[in-house]
Amino acid sequence: MQQDIAVIGIGLSRWGELWEQSLRDIFVESALHAIKDSGVDHIDSMYVGSMSPGLFNNQEHLAALLADYLGVGSIPSTRVESACASGGLAMKMACLDIMSGTSEIVLAGGVEKMTDVDTDGATLALASAADYAYEVYQGVTFPGLYAMIARMHMDKYGTTEQQLAEVAVKNHLHGSMNSMAQFPQKINVDAVLNSVVIADPLHILDCSPITDGAAAVILCSAEKARQLKLHPQIRISGLGHATDTMALHSREDITALSAVEKAGITALKMSGKKIDDIDLFEVHDCFTIAEICILEALGLFPKGKGGNAAASGKTRFDGPMPVNTSGGLKAKGHPVGATGIAQIVEIVTQLREQAGERQVKNARVGLTQNMGGSGGSCLVHILEAV
Amino acid sequence: MAIPEYWREIKHRYKLEAGKCKSCGYIVFPMRLICPKCQNQDFDSINLSREGTLITYSVIRVASSRFVNQAPFAVGIVELKEGVRILSQITDCNINELKSGMKMQVEFRRIFDDGSSGVINYGYKCVPM
Repeated sequence: MQQDIAVIGIGLSRWGELWEQSLRDIFVESALHAIKDSGVDHIDSMYVGSMSPGLFNNQEHLAALLADYLGVGSIPSTRVESACASGGLAMKMACLDIMSGTSEIVLAGGVEKMTDVDTDGATLALASAADYAYEVYQGVTFPGLYAMIARMHMDKYGTTEQQLAEVAVKNHLHGSMNSMAQFPQKINVDAVLNSVVIADPLHILDCSPITDGAAAVILCSAEKARQLKLHPQIRISGLGHATDTMALHSREDITALSAVEKAGITALKMSGKKIDDIDLFEVHDCFTIAEICILEALGLFPKGKGGNAAASGKTRFDGPMPVNTSGGLKAKGHPVGATGIAQIVEIVTQLREQAGERQVKNARVGLTQNMGGSGGSCLVHILEAV
Repeated sequence: MAIPEYWREIKHRYKLEAGKCKSCGYIVFPMRLICPKCQNQDFDSINLSREGTLITYSVIRVASSRFVNQAPFAVGIVELKEGVRILSQITDCNINELKSGMKMQVEFRRIFDDGSSGVINYGYKCVPM
């Protein structure tokens, strides 16, 4: 990057079905944790990713509301939206704010309060991340879109339902070691295959859950971080951002996530790293098939060979390329706007060697990959322990 | 569904009206202002053929409230003869016997109703040939 940026504070709210907490309370909880963790006495600006507070909570104008309730006075506050990649986008915008010299200490956050509507309301809100007129109009749901990706991956490359299930099993194993996970239960392949089918071939245990939650990180220039000296320094060394066709059916290869590939290449180039230099990954496993396609798009596995990644143990926390040590969206939960920031929180936790049972040995470089819709948007960040 | 929102899509949903780029020949469906391949802005209006091939599919078992009375139902991505792909329901078929590569006919069908006094929404669905 043109200028080194450091992550000096991280925070999560509780994640789950938080009936007693409002959207604003959840966000403030995460932000307070991050500010306390960083030790800073003020922030200069804030960026918050949230996919659809309008549809979930009848609340827009989130930027002012959240700055108000965070008690930070009149600082510039911005809400950004890129569907489920809103958190990742907030991270990018916070970095750009610092790089431009406009702000010195910036909060990047994400929040989604999804249980103030019923499951149907949540399904409709999430569907707005697809092409409403040409996908949703026909009756397809988000699980349906990813199910069609899965079907094609199975037809083309011989990937099996068991291999999909292994992704969920692995991520729930990781989630069982994360006290913040919404669903920390360990599961096995039979449990996935015997769970109710949502959209063939995806079962409910192939899908990430509906979650209330927020995440926040505090960023500043590396120079400022050296002055503060509170934590081992974590540096953001690369970021990538790309888009793809909105409608899944418009893509030449339905199983290829080209926005992921492009964002990954950009971020790696910026950081001067190769994919083999990355010690651990937090990727957007909104559905089990997504993790498989993402690992292929990032170049960790050849095209069509990602199916066996989880089953082989390679992507376990103790394997050669740990993926989703937090439990991923699958077990940790997926409050859509918060996910991109929570991925940063997990990588920082690992790079600080504070991940407890699920700690990856010798973790020095981590990558986050956050995706919107059926792959229409993607943000990638690379973080390094200095 | 607002009447204008419905009305302005009729050319696509009833007639499969598409645009063929006058510069590179790429076909856009629905119609758009700029060719995504060559950025040209001039198109010939064409009607897509009503025959195609099933590329991938799923069976929606948990549907949104609008479609809940139709579940389970099949959806798929169908490549029409011109190479254009559409996403639609696959209907009048055994949902357990779908296979990628099946030949499909595009038909004019009712998609959903907006309640007893709302718009009846029509469009295209595919049927195995």
